[in-house]
Amino acid sequence: MASTNDPFQFQEFEEAGNLLEADRNATTITIEDDITLPEKQRQAAGFLSDRDEEDILASDDKTEVKERIIGSVLPWPGKNFIHLYLRRNPDLYGPFWICTTLVFAIAISGNISNFLVHLGKPNYKYTPEFQKVTIAATAIFSYAWFVPLALWGFLLWRNNKIMNLVSYSFMEIVCVYGYSLSIYIPAVVLWILPFEWLRWCTIVVALCLSGSVLVMTFWPAVREDHPKVIIGIMSAIVVLNVLLAVGCKTYFFSKPEKELQVDNPVAAEITKAPSTT
Amino acid sequence: MATGAEEEANRPFAGLSDVSISEDIPVEGDISVPVGPSARRGGDDEFSTLDEPVKETVLRDLRAVGKKFVHVLYPKRSSALLRDWDLWGPLLLCVTLALLLQGGAADSDYQGGPQFAEVFVIVWFGSIIITLNSKLLGGTISFFQSLCVLGYCILPLTAAMAVCRIVLVAGSGAVSFAVRLAVVTASFGWSTFASTAFLADSQPANRKALVVYPVFLFYFVIGWMVLTFSPSQ
Repeated sequence: MASTNDPFQFQEFEEAGNLLEADRNATTITIEDDITLPEKQRQAAGFLSDRDEEDILASDDKTEVKERIIGSVLPWPGKNFIHLYLRRNPDLYGPFWICTTLVFAIAISGNISNFLVHLGKPNYKYTPEFQKVTIAATAIFSYAWFVPLALWGFLLWRNNKIMNLVSYSFMEIVCVYGYSLSIYIPAVVLWILPFEWLRWCTIVVALCLSGSVLVMTFWPAVREDHPKVIIGIMSAIVVLNVLLAVGCKTYFFSKPEKELQVDNPVAAEITKAPSTT
Repeated sequence: MATGAEEEANRPFAGLSDVSISEDIPVEGDISVPVGPSARRGGDDEFSTLDEPVKETVLRDLRAVGKKFVHVLYPKRSSALLRDWDLWGPLLLCVTLALLLQGGAADSDYQGGPQFAEVFVIVWFGSIIITLNSKLLGGTISFFQSLCVLGYCILPLTAAMAVCRIVLVAGSGAVSFAVRLAVVTASFGWSTFASTAFLADSQPANRKALVVYPVFLFYFVIGWMVLTFSPSQ
């Protein structure tokens, strides 16, 4: 009775898979609520119960988290972390626990390395230096939350001026930054050994890996922009990463040749201030 | 007579106005409030614990706490720890641990051990965050039950702290460090094992590791605080 031109005729949407192949941002509706579908597709279909809402924040299992960590440690040109691993499904578990682990890893490794450096000196008294945990926590969590906030705001502003096909949500940016810090955990543990050349080697390797994950993730989001903006954004991302790594190394790990004195707190504050933005 | 009864039954809420318990429908049950033997011994009103001596109240709570300590020391999958959760035990253990961690490296203007407040913050905020984490991952355990379990499982580490302080009185060389390391490692393993015996059961299978890791980190940090305690000399 109703013709196909009737605007009130209920329209069937295309299959979700076909639309998503063409354009990742397409709105898709799947009518059946098949509980055998994996969690992610149920979210995309819009069938969310209370339990699913919780799952958005922690909607992953062991293999997904492991895959994401491995993906953040082994960047590959052309593989965008957000598109490949997050697939519109960012989680808060990975970033939060990686940051927490990194905070305690830095504090504990710094303490152990200080102890090893000053071992055998007659008037050295071991202190647990527990206050450094607070400082490490402030630095790492500011980097992992305020820098993504600034980046997201900036990208939003640029998106208003230049239409971009690729845009990232705030959660996805936080997720990328969180996972990109995961390479620093083994690096920080390696810094316990009091060899300067080893520390610089590991810091360079970690910076390359972590920086390239970030650069390759944000390249598609800015590549249609003005060249100056592209250079500005990319160098800001890299420079902040470098500042965090070098600042942590300088402040928490004392050089082996120095005598027993307090790490110069003034220089450390100047080094660390830009990284907390 | 029968049709009249049927009409009655067909009307909504029919028959409720003249409900009466007839003799041939036996009503049985027990409406007594369960109270412990102490209240009855006091000879007071059996249904209210308000009039019992304070000693009895305190002892009852202490007995509950002690029973849970025993459950932690021999972690079987019993539900007693979960059913009657209480937070007295965790508070007691946290205060004891924080007090035992004081008095070390007493240059105390900087770079010392954890302050009393820092221990408190780490234990309680750590427990809260782990509880939120396991709830967001779909756990079936309730908030306070999880806090209760995590708090009670600090017992082995508090005992290790007491042992460490005793060992440090004897000496603080390499041997004492080795002994302390062994004790702290054993109690850290014990704590983690005891708490995951309760917590991991409430998770779906593919997320057990995601819940166990933060617990591992939590007790590792507390174990680190215990191990690195160095007394002032």
